[in-house]
Amino acid sequence: MSGVRLLVGTRKGAFVLTADGKRSKWDVSGPFFGGWEMYHLKGSPADPNRIYASQSSGWFGQLIQRSNDGGKTWEAVGNKFVYDGVPGTHQWYDGTPHPWEFKRVWHLEPSLTDPDTVYAGVEDAALFRTTDGGQNWDEMPGLRGHGSGPQWSPGAGGLGLHTIVLDPTNAKRMFIAISAAGAFRTDDGGTTWRPINKGLRSEQIPNPTAEVGHCVHRIAMHPSQPNVLFMQKHWDIMRTDDAGDSWREVSGNLPTDFGFVIDVHAHEPQTIYVVPIKSDSEHYPMDGQLRVFRSRSGGNEWEALTTGLPQKDCYVNVLRDAMAVDRLDSCGIYFGTTGGQVYGSSDGGDTWAPIVRDLPAVLSVEVQTLS
Amino acid sequence: MIRVVLPMHLRTLARVNDEVTLEVNGPVTQRAILDALEARYPVLCGTIRDHVTHERRPFLRFFACEEDWSHELPDALLPSKVATGAEPFLVVGAMAGG
Repeated sequence: MSGVRLLVGTRKGAFVLTADGKRSKWDVSGPFFGGWEMYHLKGSPADPNRIYASQSSGWFGQLIQRSNDGGKTWEAVGNKFVYDGVPGTHQWYDGTPHPWEFKRVWHLEPSLTDPDTVYAGVEDAALFRTTDGGQNWDEMPGLRGHGSGPQWSPGAGGLGLHTIVLDPTNAKRMFIAISAAGAFRTDDGGTTWRPINKGLRSEQIPNPTAEVGHCVHRIAMHPSQPNVLFMQKHWDIMRTDDAGDSWREVSGNLPTDFGFVIDVHAHEPQTIYVVPIKSDSEHYPMDGQLRVFRSRSGGNEWEALTTGLPQKDCYVNVLRDAMAVDRLDSCGIYFGTTGGQVYGSSDGGDTWAPIVRDLPAVLSVEVQTLS
Repeated sequence: MIRVVLPMHLRTLARVNDEVTLEVNGPVTQRAILDALEARYPVLCGTIRDHVTHERRPFLRFFACEEDWSHELPDALLPSKVATGAEPFLVVGAMAGG
């Protein structure tokens, strides 16, 4: 019997939502780690019962939790994130050098093949890796050390490494994104990195086409086309067909191209989803209407998906890690809002329904397709 | 025997329901208590003080005998009532609300 398991991180705990393949009735368990900020939870593709979770608090700092039974029980593993060598400085809001300081783990990306290997994107921006199931974490220093690190500066939400995309066809290739430094790629397993921001244009920085400094919000890839990436930038939806060597804008007819999430249909590599947000000053949908936009052409031509979503007086946001797709035959799409709703569609976005309505503000949504 | 009172979230992490009792060898100081606490409950490492610098996390306070010891040096001797177990050493989360 197939089914899905949603892993939902919120401002005040984690929730696990499960359903069978019909996805019409949901079981909600949680809160796990009640009262803690759960930035991200993600399961191992190599062992779906192995799940990792980032748990943090302004009082008590960072913890990493691990489950070996699909989220029923958890154990704290290692939480020591220490920058490699002398950390150095990045640029602070006022332009002065500021020492790198670990604040929290934004994103956990388990290896595609090894349940004990996980990558962690952290604030202040750096990439860490564990190879022992989370007991020990070591920085992959080539990213911060590649040269432009001292120029990186935080966005309003902090200097966070929030996106990690693994190439399923090339174990040496990985993409990451940082707010507000941009996107980077390694082709040698993380030893060396280079910025991949050619074609991005950001009017909010002194040189709009600078090599680094862009506020990339999210990058998505379909596993069958690893050289094609879709990006939700601060403003603009972008696309590359050459693994980031060059980008072009595909915002097309969107009513606004500001937003946070972007994702790709599980079976249609040219079908992508975004949730447009009014502006960088007004983090809610336009006109009080919560609309997912779908492009079946890899961008430029977009259609609004509204059936089942609130079309009046809705002023929630959808944060960067809060959308996911399942791999069932009829692709399911899910997203969570800062208003505590998690919406799901079991028909590729044609129709939507709330799975839960009243959680704390949702920070992240991931889905596991279970067989 | 030293008594330590932890805030709710740290009790949950350490999987204890009530105050913690610890053996501390030598002078009873903040550092000695926290060293013993982390040795007994490794999950608390990094949650009360920084992993590397061992500085108190900014939003936590240390109270004992109705006094705030948060700004005292980590090797300062704590009151004898803490050393004898007559009074607990309290780890307190700074108030936040509004």
